[in-house]
Amino acid sequence: MAGKTLYDKLWEAHGVREEPDGSTLLYIDRHLVHEVTSPQAFEGLRLAGRKPWRGDSVLAVPDHNVPTENRDQGIADPVSRIQVETLESNVTSLGLKFFPMADVRQGIVHVIGPEQGATLPGMTVVCGDSHTSTHGALGALAFGIGTSEVEHVLATQCLWQKKTKAMQIRVEGALRPGVTAKDVVLAIIGRIGTAGGTGYAIEFAGSAIRSLSIEGRMSVCNMSIEAGARAGMVAVDEKTIEYVRGKPQAPTGEMFERAAEYWRTLVSDPDAEFDAVVEMDAAEIAPQVSWGTSPEMVAPIDGRVPDPAAESDPVRAEGMQRALEYMDLKANTPMTEIRPDKVFIGSCTNSRIEDLRAAAEVVKGRKKADNIKLAMVVPGSGLVKQQAEQEGLDRIFLDAGFEWREPGCSMCLAMNADRLEPGERCASTSNRNFEGRQGQGGRTHLVSPSLAAAAAVAGHFIEPSALKEA
Amino acid sequence: MQAFTVHKGIVAPLDRSNVDTDAIIPKQYLKSVKRTGFGPNAFDDWRYLDPGEPGMDGSKRRPNPDFVLNQAPFDEATILLARKNFGCGSSREHAVWALTDFGFRAVIAPSFADIFFSNSCKNGLLPVVLAEDEVQRLFDQVEANPGAQVEVNLEEMTVTAPDGNVFDFTLDEDRRHRLLNGLDDIALTLQFADDIRAFEERQRREWPWMAEQQR
Repeated sequence: MAGKTLYDKLWEAHGVREEPDGSTLLYIDRHLVHEVTSPQAFEGLRLAGRKPWRGDSVLAVPDHNVPTENRDQGIADPVSRIQVETLESNVTSLGLKFFPMADVRQGIVHVIGPEQGATLPGMTVVCGDSHTSTHGALGALAFGIGTSEVEHVLATQCLWQKKTKAMQIRVEGALRPGVTAKDVVLAIIGRIGTAGGTGYAIEFAGSAIRSLSIEGRMSVCNMSIEAGARAGMVAVDEKTIEYVRGKPQAPTGEMFERAAEYWRTLVSDPDAEFDAVVEMDAAEIAPQVSWGTSPEMVAPIDGRVPDPAAESDPVRAEGMQRALEYMDLKANTPMTEIRPDKVFIGSCTNSRIEDLRAAAEVVKGRKKADNIKLAMVVPGSGLVKQQAEQEGLDRIFLDAGFEWREPGCSMCLAMNADRLEPGERCASTSNRNFEGRQGQGGRTHLVSPSLAAAAAVAGHFIEPSALKEA
Repeated sequence: MQAFTVHKGIVAPLDRSNVDTDAIIPKQYLKSVKRTGFGPNAFDDWRYLDPGEPGMDGSKRRPNPDFVLNQAPFDEATILLARKNFGCGSSREHAVWALTDFGFRAVIAPSFADIFFSNSCKNGLLPVVLAEDEVQRLFDQVEANPGAQVEVNLEEMTVTAPDGNVFDFTLDEDRRHRLLNGLDDIALTLQFADDIRAFEERQRREWPWMAEQQR
């Protein structure tokens, strides 16, 4: 009999009951909650006279709507304010753990979960947010759910799920200098497409993935959903265990060692069989820039905007043509000639301390280019912001003419005041370049933090190594 | 949940692949704390020429005459026809609520994003997967004959095209049963409360740190 995949192990450890048709009642260990996808769930619970099954599994935080400046003045937009207040009243009336906007621990839900040790290896983690796959970087089974499922987890601590197929994406070899986790995941999506992982749980493996820090692995797992997969994960190794050690909600002392012993088993067996395997050569991955309106529309920084005329599939060619029109780009334009108007460094993909360090390293001693109307850095959490300020990163950004903001989702999806105006072009470290994602009519180019920083300095896309000496 | 058995209605052809949930319901409308009222803003960026904000009076906005749902008879459509990977992107169930609030009962496409598919089934909006050539034949027929009706039958798991051709589709038995009967998921799950408690007991024994760290 073949060995087990990491996904098999996580799945089997959480099955409460299985029906003859394969539907499994899956137990959920950690339920992360934010203001946008939860109000209707809490209302449903109330109307049915139900209580949370296990309130201590919940960690709630406002992140999508919160302002990133002038927080002392509260939330100006009344509709946003009501949503954040609704979250607060829902969770406090039920006694659920909550980090309000003024708490230094507040931040993007997918940044604070691991940061607090609220998400641990071996857990099932859900949240009404598709980027919940981020937590899979710790060797957890983590996936996004809809609001009906949020209500279902609140009421029962479980979800009915069918086991999906398992895909292994193996990236082997050494990454070239200047190639980051973000480039790896964008290259993967470029290769398999935005529906390539649909119906699969993806395990990212191989020496290049193992060489990434835990934060880098989070950036990779974060974008599993952009490849169509609800869950992405990386096997536990000593880096995982050292990352978790000492986190506020992590076990301590002997209990930690006992947990770690179990966590070390959370790897795919050598003889495990996957339903699909994708192999990539790390050395072939260049820094990536997206050129279109779907995350699969990426090109290497030294490449050009592709030509729809060269595409044989007519539906695909039409999609490319539509994307080029929306993005106001001409086929065959070198990526390095594209000039953004704004730069956004942040989001659950790239707002952790290592991301900010990578961007600051590029920016240090340089200035924002004149054509960049706004370059903003939005740390993923209050604690990331604090850490960055202790390291002096805020000064580096401010001296270069960047804005240094308060934590939240911000211009990744523009639910707060941070957004693109129609026609504006943005170098963004976020995860989606859909039409209107960062503001109606806005044009998004997905990049890594170092590439975003380099674009802010040069005024066009460029490899950081090609920048003039600071 | 509204049950789904058989539905016959006008099909709106939305000839795009990778229709994402940001397109189905743009972010500014996610600020609502309600489940209803999203219909007027379904496909807002494509449907109107002026930028939309919550609370605007839809009748005073400028509809985009080129967008299919603004064209009769498709403004009365109850079945949406699209290309592959429909509903990709965010987990927002608001996308499903926007489609049902507009009046859609079913979406037909060659493939769907997983979360959207799951959300749909929980709201009585039937996602129907047909082969690409079958979808193409439906596009051909409804574009040639606007207002042509299609019947979607969940009991038989069939789609009857305007020309009388019948295409089969599948849906897993559990979802089909719940949709046919409009069942409340939570009440069904709570029948297994003892199993859930037994699981928790085992977890406390085998992985005590999981319970301990919930502070």
